[in-house]
Amino acid sequence: MAGFLNRFWQGLRGTREQMGQRWRQLIGRSVSAEFWDELEEQLYLADLGPEAVERILERAHRRLQADRPVDEAALMGLLEEEMMRLLPEDDPDPWALSPERPNVWLVLGVNGAGKTTSVGKLAAGFRAHHRRVLIGAADTFRAAANEQLAVWARRSGAELVQQAPGADPAAVAFDAVVAGRGRGADLVLIDTAGRLHTKTPLMQELGKIVRVVGRECPGAPHRTLLVVDATTGQNGVVQARQFAEAAGADGIILTKLDGTAKGGVVLAIQQQLGIPVRWIGLGERAEDLLPFSRADFVGAVLGREPWTGGESQEGGPTRPGRGSAR
Amino acid sequence: MFESLTERLQQAFSPLRKKGRLSENDVRAALRDVRMALLEADVNFRVVRKFVAEVEPEAIGSEVLESLTPAQAVIRVVRDHLVLLLGGEAPIHLSSEPPTVILLVGLQGAGKTTAAAKLARWFHRQGRHPLLVAADIYRPAAVEQLRQLGEQAGVPVFFEADRRPEELFRLALGRARQLAADIVIVDTAGRLHVDEELMGELERIVAVHKPDEALLVVDAMTGQDAVTVAESFSSRLALSGLVMTKLDGDARGGAALSIRQVTGLPIKMVGVSEKLDGLEPFQPDRMAGRILGMGDVLGLIERAEASMDASVGSDLGARLNRNEFTLDDYLTALRQVKKMGPLSQLMDLIPGMGGQMKKLKGQVDDHALVRVEAVLSSMTLRERRRPQIIDGSRRRRIARGSGTTVQDVNRVLKSYEDMRKLARQMRGGKRGQRMPPGMPGLPPDFLPPPR
Repeated sequence: MAGFLNRFWQGLRGTREQMGQRWRQLIGRSVSAEFWDELEEQLYLADLGPEAVERILERAHRRLQADRPVDEAALMGLLEEEMMRLLPEDDPDPWALSPERPNVWLVLGVNGAGKTTSVGKLAAGFRAHHRRVLIGAADTFRAAANEQLAVWARRSGAELVQQAPGADPAAVAFDAVVAGRGRGADLVLIDTAGRLHTKTPLMQELGKIVRVVGRECPGAPHRTLLVVDATTGQNGVVQARQFAEAAGADGIILTKLDGTAKGGVVLAIQQQLGIPVRWIGLGERAEDLLPFSRADFVGAVLGREPWTGGESQEGGPTRPGRGSAR
Repeated sequence: MFESLTERLQQAFSPLRKKGRLSENDVRAALRDVRMALLEADVNFRVVRKFVAEVEPEAIGSEVLESLTPAQAVIRVVRDHLVLLLGGEAPIHLSSEPPTVILLVGLQGAGKTTAAAKLARWFHRQGRHPLLVAADIYRPAAVEQLRQLGEQAGVPVFFEADRRPEELFRLALGRARQLAADIVIVDTAGRLHVDEELMGELERIVAVHKPDEALLVVDAMTGQDAVTVAESFSSRLALSGLVMTKLDGDARGGAALSIRQVTGLPIKMVGVSEKLDGLEPFQPDRMAGRILGMGDVLGLIERAEASMDASVGSDLGARLNRNEFTLDDYLTALRQVKKMGPLSQLMDLIPGMGGQMKKLKGQVDDHALVRVEAVLSSMTLRERRRPQIIDGSRRRRIARGSGTTVQDVNRVLKSYEDMRKLARQMRGGKRGQRMPPGMPGLPPDFLPPPR
């Protein structure tokens, strides 16, 4: 477990150091116009976008007026609290599957967001939790997508269903679900081709995959995860809206948080569309996928250590961030 | 989603217009809208601040205050300044001693491998002989991806197993000489700018041979972090420009302005489609309009040109003129329009989508096109060529075949008749009747004056 946390902190280090430095400069000043300017800048630089920033500033303003924080900790606490309120509670058991067998999860997103890598990591994670996993390679468009997924399947010990490049993705998804049932898989992960949400025919293709999978296996897909790159700006909201409309995206995998980007757009997505983040990606290795923790996310956006419980970074008792979840 | 800046400024100014002259404060308020538009477009917060401070003096100048169309005047000032900051078109520099070496670097998923293949294709079409080098030895199947893309582009791809990227690069230069390749395009692994080890690898690559162009590949959807990324990369190696990818989406691409401002790097090429031919030289005026959310008329025209088969188009025009336009031609035309993309999306490219046009947008129904196509497809070839034979019984059959009603079939036939009538009028009618009356809702000067 200690290794797990280590990786998490290493992953978030870039984000934290950079923001923390700027943030600490703010503390200790009176709550002046200058303070608000700088807070606004912090939030914008984290990609929260105009709507979310305005909302947080307004709430923070009200709270600061009422509570008059006296020191750094109190001020941080207030802001953190207000931001936490904008996010739903963490999933208490992210590795749980719903009772149907197989569970079918569909993974979608724009090109280059990290879908295939995320599918590979999910497969590895569920394999580590002793689940039987089957991957359906429904990205039949991108050159060498099959090969990339085959590597991941081999690494994680998941089974793989694929067809020749150019095959109908819905047919691959169908095959995967049938094979998953036949072979007694607990989880069928379907990787789809990256597509820009503006390409209507490609978005309709997603709808078809959802229909085909649902017909073969009632209730499927049980989860439809949209992969969002943390460096994405406000276009992320548009993406989420379109993918939710076309395929009912109901959760987000926020990838590439190991850089300096904060992925603040997910807060805007949560606010405007109510789609929560489920997982975060912190690197390219199989273990670099973790359940989302809102406390850690808020901490990273504000550039502070994500919790104050006095636990050391390496020796946290459970999953990162659980300690301060309210 | 967001209203366009044009629309917002028009709204902001319209009550003021009634009371007469604008004040400086009115314009300052308008600049707040400009600021929000830029932030929504993901222009870096600090770049926005600087930008607004710079345009303010000009925006509150007398030209704007005394203009009859202050909204347009403000936009022109903002837009011109934006175009200026985005810089001119910047061609890729070709070495006087071939081969020209182009190195592509960037974050994971920015689109380096695709951009490399597109660049190769671009040069290949100009009669040059590029060699692609697969130096991404980390991502599973990245080499295989480039190999397949190279094959599609008709360009050789160099790779040897068990070599470090810098070794691969050295060997590739030798291979380029053997093949008499005049351009070497190196696809590197995606890397995070905070990854010491991989950034060091880039330094080792450029130590082998200094590339003529070191291009940072940036996703158009990138947010505020674009500046940090560009600064980190350019602190480690001498970048010469940017390639912006995925502009075929609807991201406003504010990162282009941010990076240009902070690093001074010119934007050289832009990726505009998934296809291998989808790479174009950068055009600052179009990018400016896009960042401001003002639509992209040129983009619209080009999209039409790209999807329309020119010979089909002129053929249709000729038939229309000779009044030989049949339902078969109608179907062809319809399919051409459909290829351009959904209508509602096409309308987004039109600038000044204000007032009445906006309402119109809500009514545009792409399904209507699908129905029309179904009706036409359910007709026999003979019926399409000689519509006059379509009687009641045939109408019922067509409706059944297309899953529509006889009313739908009638509507299609009616619109076809209207089209023929219009064609007749345009051919024989008076000059004044040639064009439909001016489109409502468009400001009179929504396009900038020709430069």
